[in-house]
Amino acid sequence: MKKQYLFGLLLSLLSAAPVFAQTPEERGLEIAQEADKRDMGWQDMKSNMLMILRNRHGQESKREIRLRSLEILDDGDKSLSIFDHPRDVKGTAFLSFTHATTPDDQWLYLPALKRVKRISSKNKSGPFMGSEFAFEDLTSQEVERYTYKWLRDEDLDGRAMFVVERYPEYAHSGYKRQIVWVDQEYWQPQKIEFYDRKNSLLKTLVYEGYQQYLDQYWRPAKMHMDNHQTGKSTTLEWNDYEFKTGLTDRDFDKNSLKRAR
Amino acid sequence: MGLASEFSGYVAMEWRGFNQAPLDDRQFEHNQFSLSVQPEFYTSWDNDRQSFTFVPYARIDQQDSERTHFDIRELTWMKVAEKWELRLGIRKLFWGVTESQHLVDIINQTDAVENTDGEDKLGQPMVNLALIDSDWGTLDLFILTGFRERTFAGVDGRLRTPLPVDTDAAQYESSREEKHIDWAARWQQTLGDWEVGLSYFQGTGRDPLLLPKTNAAGKPVLIPYYEQIRQTGLDVQWIYEDWLWKLEAIHRDSDRQNFLAATGGFEYTFVGIMDSSWDLGLIGEYLYDDRDDEALTAFQNDLFAGLRLTLNDAQSSELLMGVIQDLDHNGRLFSLEASRRLGESWKLTVEARLFSDIAQSDPFYSVRDDDHIQVELAWYF
Repeated sequence: MKKQYLFGLLLSLLSAAPVFAQTPEERGLEIAQEADKRDMGWQDMKSNMLMILRNRHGQESKREIRLRSLEILDDGDKSLSIFDHPRDVKGTAFLSFTHATTPDDQWLYLPALKRVKRISSKNKSGPFMGSEFAFEDLTSQEVERYTYKWLRDEDLDGRAMFVVERYPEYAHSGYKRQIVWVDQEYWQPQKIEFYDRKNSLLKTLVYEGYQQYLDQYWRPAKMHMDNHQTGKSTTLEWNDYEFKTGLTDRDFDKNSLKRAR
Repeated sequence: MGLASEFSGYVAMEWRGFNQAPLDDRQFEHNQFSLSVQPEFYTSWDNDRQSFTFVPYARIDQQDSERTHFDIRELTWMKVAEKWELRLGIRKLFWGVTESQHLVDIINQTDAVENTDGEDKLGQPMVNLALIDSDWGTLDLFILTGFRERTFAGVDGRLRTPLPVDTDAAQYESSREEKHIDWAARWQQTLGDWEVGLSYFQGTGRDPLLLPKTNAAGKPVLIPYYEQIRQTGLDVQWIYEDWLWKLEAIHRDSDRQNFLAATGGFEYTFVGIMDSSWDLGLIGEYLYDDRDDEALTAFQNDLFAGLRLTLNDAQSSELLMGVIQDLDHNGRLFSLEASRRLGESWKLTVEARLFSDIAQSDPFYSVRDDDHIQVELAWYF
């Protein structure tokens, strides 16, 4: 993610006092930059994800995915997702080099054919594995991905939040805008409302069970996405977070995709 | 340290139905049931830097004794380092980018009794060293130790040549026959929105010539004849917005033939059609081969038009249908493949192939009455 030094000096003042003569847009950007800065330096991450899809009748379907991410300081992060469950897609792997405002680079490995396919990624709004999460909801959130507007500060479930509206910079995003409740202690989102391109409320994402790793990085135990237009929902349960495990670019190339297990 | 093992795989039941009578009365009439199994054992150690994989495969077929067969799809030891990857053993791999046919993909022999799309392959014994550099790409070097003969439907089976192929009497150009050691190399690199692959193969050609002969019992049969070939291949894919542009081209030469063949075209995806989460892909490819002898290839001057529908639902429902139209004659091959997960561990796949107005000079002429539908129910563990 891009380093932003510009506002570095102001940041320590942020939660203490309102900054004079600052527009809501400037304040929104400042919050995004501070959140980005506080989450920098994790280098690489491994985690396990259980994805529970629910249709409007409450029927559940589960997926198990292992995730590996590599932090890239001057661009979007690299990530490798390996599918373990359902069993018929076991061994399928997905490699993505994310970019803030241009299409990501994406490759898919199909184990039955042993085939690596470079796939079209202009559209980041498509569903990830049939879930209510779009690709763009799950990829790394660089500051440049949006423009911002601070709305207000308010409490959510007894915790102090910055409420910031953000507007996707990427021309082919599925959203017109998002409203983010940023936790003032963790500097991570606690809730996001997604508005579709027609500006109606499409989805709400709620984060739960934040824990701190390496005395710095806050990660949620659960993310719950409700689609208000279809009545479907998806819960992600995160386990076994590991940071700085020594992964390199070689663990995120097309060769690694073929042997991902 | 850190030994991680897993056991997985599938068992599948398959039914194939043919509505027309066979051309040869030795072939079965309408229904064909079979059972296949592919377990997979995998273990890794050395922090996943080394691994061992074993994937046997077997099919038992009610009608066709040649389709009842066993194969080792994979039996591989792998070692990974920062700049190289070494693999020893039996493996399956894939090269290429196009959808209608796979010209560049030459390492593995086609397991032709499995399906008519040529995508099922036999395990290939090899030594494979990949040299890897983020600047200049990946260079794979292969020594292919031992040749696998193509499988063919038996006398009783449908989807075969007018005379059955006698695989026990295969002939080779090389005096070392199936023990001839082949070699290959492939360079592959991503250059921005381009994926480029360049490959070379020298050794026993995977596509046999079929020569009419009389077998030991005095019956007329076809004998597979495997030539020594040299093949250069190129595969390129370019991404532009929702377009994928693809090209595969090969040049192959041997004592008997010297030719160029190519497949090129596009895939365009409409994402989220009709305000749904469905994606619709349109595929168009042109198939070219400069061999004049129509017996050697069905695709000299043909057009493939296809449609891929992905529902992006919890059951991973997919549909791929297409037609290959012969531009020199009227012949058309229709193909449909649809699949959907049932519950958590079952998958239903329906396929259909139709052969329409096939010219007498076309290799598909002998299967003109073999239109069929195929239903497979697989259980994954």
